[in-house]
Parts: sequence; C-alpha cells; structure tokens
Amino acid sequence: MIILTGNDLKTGAVVWWDGSDWVLHIENAIDVGGNAEAVMAREESARRVNVPYAVEATLTDGVARPNHIKDRIRALGPTVRPDLTLKPADPEIGNWVI
Amino acid sequence: MVDILRFRDDEAVDHAAVTVDSFVEQTNANAVRIEPSDDARDLIPHLAQIHLVEVNFPVFGDGRGYSAARILREAGYTGEIRAVGDVLVDQIGNMKRCGFDAFEPDAPLDPADVKAALNRWPEVYQESADSRTPIWNLRHE
Amino acid sequence: MYAYDKYDQAMVDARVEEFRDQAQRRLDGKLSEDQFKPLRLMNGLYLQLHAYMLRVAVPYGTLNSRQMHALADIADKYDRGYGHFTTRQNIQYNWIKLEDAGDILADLAAVEMHAIQTSGNCIRNISSDHFAGAAQDELVDPRPYAELLRQWSSFHPEFMYLPRKFKIAVIASDTDRAAMRLHDIGIQIVKNDAGELGASFYVGGGMGRTPMIAPNIREFVPLDQLITYSEACLRVYNRYGRRDNKYKARIKILVHELGAEEYTRQVEEEFAHLLGQGIEPPIAELGRIKTFFTDPEFADGAKTVDRSDPDFALWVDRNTHRHKHDSYVSAVISLKPVGGIPGDATAEQMHLMAQLARDYSFDELRVMHTQNIVLPHVRIEDLHALWTALDEAGLGTPNLDRIGDIIACPGLDYCSLANARSIPLAQKISQRFTANGKEDTLGELKLKISGCINACGHHHAGHIGILGVDKKGVENYQLLLGGSEAEDTSLAKITGPGFSEDGIVDAVETAADVYLSQREDGERFLDTYRRIGMAPFKEALYG
Repeated sequence: MIILTGNDLKTGAVVWWDGSDWVLHIENAIDVGGNAEAVMAREESARRVNVPYAVEATLTDGVARPNHIKDRIRALGPTVRPDLTLKPADPEIGNWVI
Repeated sequence: MVDILRFRDDEAVDHAAVTVDSFVEQTNANAVRIEPSDDARDLIPHLAQIHLVEVNFPVFGDGRGYSAARILREAGYTGEIRAVGDVLVDQIGNMKRCGFDAFEPDAPLDPADVKAALNRWPEVYQESADSRTPIWNLRHE
Repeated sequence: MYAYDKYDQAMVDARVEEFRDQAQRRLDGKLSEDQFKPLRLMNGLYLQLHAYMLRVAVPYGTLNSRQMHALADIADKYDRGYGHFTTRQNIQYNWIKLEDAGDILADLAAVEMHAIQTSGNCIRNISSDHFAGAAQDELVDPRPYAELLRQWSSFHPEFMYLPRKFKIAVIASDTDRAAMRLHDIGIQIVKNDAGELGASFYVGGGMGRTPMIAPNIREFVPLDQLITYSEACLRVYNRYGRRDNKYKARIKILVHELGAEEYTRQVEEEFAHLLGQGIEPPIAELGRIKTFFTDPEFADGAKTVDRSDPDFALWVDRNTHRHKHDSYVSAVISLKPVGGIPGDATAEQMHLMAQLARDYSFDELRVMHTQNIVLPHVRIEDLHALWTALDEAGLGTPNLDRIGDIIACPGLDYCSLANARSIPLAQKISQRFTANGKEDTLGELKLKISGCINACGHHHAGHIGILGVDKKGVENYQLLLGGSEAEDTSLAKITGPGFSEDGIVDAVETAADVYLSQREDGERFLDTYRRIGMAPFKEALYG
C-alpha cells in the first residue's frame, strides 16, 4: 500500500494522511493508491503539510507498517527514548519498529 | 510589486547585455552579462567603456555572483551592477553590500519586504564594496 | 570571556527580527519550503525526523553559567526537557516548533547567544581547544582569534552561498584537541623566529564522504593580516569550488583537484590583491578582544587530593587535565553515562553544571567536541566537593577518552539524513565494556560512531570507528580502525564487510582483544594498530 506522510508546517510534528486531514497516528493512514502526487501537490500548496512524500507500507495487523525503518521510527519516535514516543506505555512497540 | 529595482540616478542602459565572450570580441558594446562560471576579472581591461554589468543568478544558491560584483567594485568600476534571475528579497541586502545597485528578479518583489530587508542591519561587521563602516572600525574611531 | 557590546547585541537582535519575519512569511505562504529552507538553515533550524531541530551556536565552545541556565530553560520551555551537545561544540534541541523559533532566538539573544550560521552553506561556528586559556601546554589563548573570525564570518555578504558548508578551527598548542586538520580551515597560532605571533593555515581537511587531512598552505600569516588571508582563502573557494555535485563541493575537493600548491598560488594572488583593499580590522580590535580573555584571579592552594576514596581518585585520574596554574585543573564532566545517550543532558543537569561552574570554575564552562562539558579552572582543593555533586547527579562517570567515552551522532533515531541508528550501538558498547571489565584495561581508546557517510560522528578519526549504512532497508555497520583527530592525524581504514547491530558490538570486542593480546608496554590501541597493521585484526574478525 502507499501512504502519505509529511511534517506539520507550524509544529514540525510527523503527520499521516487519513483521507481528509493530516493526523499524528499512523493507524489512521489510508492507502492512496495512485493518487499520491495529486494529494501531495494540493495539500502542500494549501500549506497544510510540509515536504510530503509517499511511503510504501504493508498492512500488518490492520495497521500500515512502513517498509523502511526510517518511516517506522518517524511513526513512533526515537527508539532510544521510549518515554517520548507516541506509545510510551507499550513495552512491545520496539518490535514494531525494528 | 516592482520588476526592476535601481539604486542609481543615471539613465538605465536600454539595450540587451552581451555575453562576456562576445563582449571581449565586440568593442562597441557597453552592457555585458556575467554567468556564474565567467571570470569577472576578464572585464577589468574594459571597465571604462562598460555602463552595465548584469550578473545572472540561475539559482539563488549559487553565490559566485557575489564575488564577481565585489571584484568589479574593487577594480574601480562605478557603472551599474544588476543582479538578475533567481534574486530573492532575503538576498538583496548582502548583494547591495557586495556592490550591486540594481535588481531584476524573475519574480517581482514586495516593496515593503524590500524596505524591511534593506533596513534590517543597524551595523555591519566587515568591510565590503559598500560605504558602510565596519563595527570594528566604529569601536576604535 | 567575551561579552557583547552594543554593536554585537544590536546584530543578534536584528537577526531575531529577521528570522521572525522570515518564519512569518513562510507561515503566510509567501515563501515556499525551497526558498525558506536555506534561510532557516542559516539560522540552525532543520526539519528532522520528528520535528524541527534548532542548533544553537556556542562560539569556540565557551559558555558562562547564565548562558547554560538559559539553555536549560529553553529545553524546559520549548522542548522536552533536554538538549544534545554536538561535535561542533554546539547544542541542539530536537522537538522545536517553527512557531516558537523567534521566541527562542529572543531568549538566546537576551544572554548573548544565537543560532546564526549553525547550518547552511556558509561559515559555521568557529571551534577551538576546549582547554583554551587553561591548558598548561598552550602558546596563547586561541579564543581571541576565534572571536575575531566569528565577527568577520557573521553575515559575511560575499560568503553566504558558498558551494558547501565551511568549518574553521583555531588552536594554539602543538597538542591538537580540536581536530584542527580535519577542518576546511585549521589555524594554529604559532610564534616565528622573531618571537612574533602569527597564524599557520591548514586548508582543505574534512571528514564526510571523502575524508582528507588538510595540508599546510602557509606557515605564518602575521596577525594584522589574519582576516585578509582568510578572505582570500574563502574567495578562491567561493569562485572555484565545485557546484555541480554536492558531494564534491567541499573545499577539500578543490584543494585536492587543484593540488595544494596551485590552490596556495591562487590564494596568495588574491591575498596580494586584497591587501590593497583595506579590509583588515584595526589591530586594536584584537587587543580589545584579548582583554576579555585574561586569566581569572588564580590563588595558590592544595596541589594534591586526598585519594582515600578510590572512586574519587579514579575520577581525578581520568577526568581532569593539567592546568597552567599548579593549584588548578580542568575537570571534564562526562555526558557518557554507561548505557546513556552520548551528549544528551537534561535541563536539571544543565542547571547543575551551570551552578557548579559558578561555584568552582570562575563562572565558565566549555563544550567539548567529544560531547562532554569542561569546567576549565577548578581549584584542586575543590575537586572532592565538585565530584560529589556530579556523582549524585549521574555526571561523574570516570571515562574520559576511554572506550565508553563515545562520540555518536544522533543517527536514525533523530536525523533525517541517517541510514542507521548510532545511539543504541553506543549504549550497547559502553554496557558491554563495563560489564566485562575491559574498559579499565584498554586505557585510551577513542570510539566514534556515525549513522551515515556525512560523518558527524567523526568515525574516520576514531581509533575505532563505526559507520552505519543502509543495506536493503536493514541497518548495517562497517568497522574502521586506526583514525586519529589529534596532532598525529590519521584516517581510519575499513576492516572489511559490515556487521549487524549485535555483530558490530562483538566485532569491537574482537578488535579490542587483538590489541590486548598484542600490545607492548605503554602502547595505546592506536599505537598497536599502527605497529602491527590491519592484518591481525582482519584475521580475528573474518578469519
């Protein structure tokens, strides 16, 4: 599947495209299929997202899991600071990233 | 919005500038255009007959034109030096310090932004091609 | 240390307003990201993996307690309670909002700090010896020259769009603690036969994808021509440095392709021209700057410590450095706790270090390029009290220049350029060598880790270096041996095929064991490697 990501212009936070908005949690990312370029061009010019790009991902347990480790780290947070990730209470989350 | 910004009182040259190569061969031209890879020092023997040097910035990130302008001023050239191409408002302050006195950007500049940019710096640290006194000279006047 | 006058202050204040305006134009859509990027970078604002990252300049690594407190406050107020000290003697924050950047710069300006030119293709923060002004072996304090260069390079109108970034280091002793010859320009302040001070210029060093050791291009530039000569070096580079390929754009490639002799000839020609342009600052300016770097009021006192507490004695042996006054030492605060993140400090730790600098070090701190902090002037009789306070805060790790004192770039945990993570390796290696007790026996062993070819973790200069690469989406690590960033500068060589994350930790131990079994009396790891060469290590690693 192809999902879209970028950073929020004002806060810099990692965001994912859920079909109508840019959201923090990758669980809400949707497969944009062949529409990636069109959505990104429209959203960047509307300044709703900064430097968007398309990511190849695999649907795993109902959640898009990016194929590249870099985007999995982006989705969660630094592996060396679990307390600062989006899922600080989940002891297994490291396995999702690595 | 302004298309050409000139900080000179004289009449602007009204015909197209020629390349450095054709200028050196063609003795009657008085306007020449420098590309980033041209050597501004090739013009030094001919400065008396030049009224306009256009310095092209195909992309704003290529900073060779800043050195070109300063070299011309250091050689005593007093004619117009015009920055053309991908010239953005955040660059014109430094360009002016390097000796540019006209700007012809691909995308027109907002006059309010130009004014803010040119009035930004109360002082300057270094000597350059403008007449501003560096801070280290002010300290020891 | 240097204090701003009204001019310096007006310049940083103007910069705050300029950046506020630029950020607002970006938020308003008047600037595209492509246009905004070089502007924000020239102000140290990156877009990293998780957020904007702001790099704050610490000129030549020198700070006072008020500034360190302000850095801690910024970590608390705008970030997530910590900061990361870098190999350029700077500090960076990982979780910055673009909306806050102007306010942060204003808070910095209030304590005479800034983020000017901490990124971008311009002249970056000038680095120096972290023991400057304190070291027993220095000719003079190198920082006045670094400060003069800081002013010259700040907002230099001609050199804001160089082919690539540009890094300058200044030292003034034969012992190099600043990796001087691995800089675009390395300057050593020297004395000539007539007893006059001058600057010896090394140009064209660097790490990155094509590491090179800078050749000396001029042995003696008189101090009243220092800026003019620097300007000539930069102008030749700005005009002729390669712009067709960003990986060949550093000055080291220009010097290499032209040859040092031809580059030097061009610089000398430009220098001769510029001497007639009157661009040199008045020599009185150097005199004015020097008045800020005079010695504090040192007082005689105890010259030895009570060694009855072995933990304290170990820390004194490992983490203090000889001072020019025999009743003082420079004390290194390790930001490398076993299993910790190299270079990270919490706001509380920063506040504590600031307070300790005030209490014990004439209000001064230094950031080391090895990502530790120095209190440069500590009375020997105060050492026990200092150590006790540090130890309680987790800042008393006695591992300076040991295998646990690892330089590591942020790597793929934070950095958008990285190919692999660096920090987890540093954590595992420091834990491994503490657990197996070998850190003690290994002695001096400098280990440096970069998460990509850009070499922010100085892996080329490590006695042991590790380079993270991306192998079909999986992190892989190459091992390098034999680098040095000291006065015996050398570039490390790759041992062979790379290793997995766990494999590289084992490989480091294997290399360390080869050294332990082969070393002769008094040899460091690096000395043994230089004597026996790569072959025995290869044999043990891959044989």
